[in-house]
Amino acid sequence: MADHIIAPRDLDWHPKPLAPDYRSSLLRSPNHTRLHYDPTVTEMTGPTFGHGMLGPDDDDLIVNYAQAGEAAIGPRIIVHGKLLDEDGRPVSGKLIEVWQANAGGRYRHKKDGYAAPLDPNFGGCGRCISGEDGSYSFRTIQPGPYPWPNGGNDWRPAHIHFSVFGDGFAQRLITQMYFEGDPHIALCPIVQCIPSDTAIDRLVARLDMDNTVPMDIRAYRFDIVLRGRGATIFENQMEGT
Amino acid sequence: MMADFKESPSQTAGPYVHIGCVPTFAGLQGMYGGNDLGAKMITGDPNGSRITLTCHVIDGDGVPLKDAMVEIWQAGPDGTYGPTEGFSHWGRQPTDAHSGELVFETLKPGATAGQAPHLLAWITARGINLGLTTRIYFADEDNSSDPVLAVAGDRQATLIAQGGDGSYRHDIYLQGAQETVFFDV
Ligand SMILES: [Fe+2]
Repeated sequence: MADHIIAPRDLDWHPKPLAPDYRSSLLRSPNHTRLHYDPTVTEMTGPTFGHGMLGPDDDDLIVNYAQAGEAAIGPRIIVHGKLLDEDGRPVSGKLIEVWQANAGGRYRHKKDGYAAPLDPNFGGCGRCISGEDGSYSFRTIQPGPYPWPNGGNDWRPAHIHFSVFGDGFAQRLITQMYFEGDPHIALCPIVQCIPSDTAIDRLVARLDMDNTVPMDIRAYRFDIVLRGRGATIFENQMEGT
Repeated sequence: MMADFKESPSQTAGPYVHIGCVPTFAGLQGMYGGNDLGAKMITGDPNGSRITLTCHVIDGDGVPLKDAMVEIWQAGPDGTYGPTEGFSHWGRQPTDAHSGELVFETLKPGATAGQAPHLLAWITARGINLGLTTRIYFADEDNSSDPVLAVAGDRQATLIAQGGDGSYRHDIYLQGAQETVFFDV
C-alpha cells in the first residue's frame, strides 16, 4: 500500500504552538508534542460542499452586506489565485471562506471595540468554491491595519483570514493573507511565529496588474497550497494506522 | 516536492473567526441566508441513534475558551463516510461567548474498519497557531483494540467522551495534567 495517502505535514514549517511573543499562545499551546499516526479513512475523507449552497454575492464582500445600490468603503480589490496541493495539482470543488476587518481596521464583531467606525455596508465575510482548475476569486475592499492587545504597541498588518477545505479532513487549514510591501509584516508577532521568511513569503499576496481592471479595481494574487495527496487510494487504505 | 508547492503555513484563526465561519452566530444578520454552515448535522430523518455531545475547550488556567471553534468529521451509524441522506457527517460549532460550552447534535458513528466508533475533531481559536486535531471516542463502546487509541498510550482517557443513553460530555484540555492528546496525522 502507499505509505501516505496524504503527505506528512512538516511541523517545522508551521508556527510552533508556543510563541512567547504572541501572548495568547501562552495558555493555549499544548505542552506535549503531537502524536503521529498515518491517516486512516477518517482523515482521508472530508465534507463536500456544492455550488448550490452559494448565494450570488457570497464572493463579493463589496456588496454582500451592503444596502441595495450601495457598496463598502475602501480600496476596491480582487483577491484571486489557485488552490493547489503540494504536487502542484489543482484542488477543485473545495470551500474557501474569508473574513476581514473593514477599510479602517474594524471588525463587525461585538468583541472589537477599536475606535475606527463600522462601515454600515460592510459585513466582512465571503465564500466561494474552487473551480476545476483550482481557481478562486473574491471581490472586496482592502482591509486596514489595526491595533491589538498583546502587551505592547502591536498592530496587525492588513490581512484577510482564509479557511480552506481539502479532499481529506487532514488537509483542513486556516491561515491569513498579507499584502506585498506592508511594513507591519516584519513587526507582527503573529506573522513572525512562522519560523522562516520563505514560509512567510508564501502568505504575501502580489499586486497583479494583469488582472487589474483599468479605472475599476486592482487585483492581488494569492495561491493557497494544501498537503499533497497520493495519486492512488489503495483498497487496504484503512490499515494505515 | 518543489518548495513552491509546500503547504501554506498556518496562522491563527484569531478572535473573529465567527465572522467568516459562523456569521449568523457573529451577528451578521441574513448573511448566507441566515444559516451557519455545519450548525445542523441532522437535516432529515436518517437511521441511527441521535446523540448530544457537550464540550468545552479549556486553557492552561482551567478556564473554558469563549472564542474557540470546533469542527467534527465522522462516520455515519453504518461506519462509512457517506454521503448519507439527511446527515452531513460534518459539524461546526463555536463555543458559547459566556459559558464556553458547545453542543453537537449528531448520530452515533458506527465502527469503521478496525477502528472503534469515533469523531475526528479540529480546534481553532485565538492563540492556536495550527489547528489542533484530536479524536473523540465513547466510554460505552469497546475501545480495546482501536489502533489510534493505542498510539495515545496511557493518555488515552483524554480522548474518551463520558456518558451514555445518547448524551455525552467531553472536555478538551489544551494544557495541564489532563492535557488532551493531539495528533499529527
Ligand atoms: Fe484579523
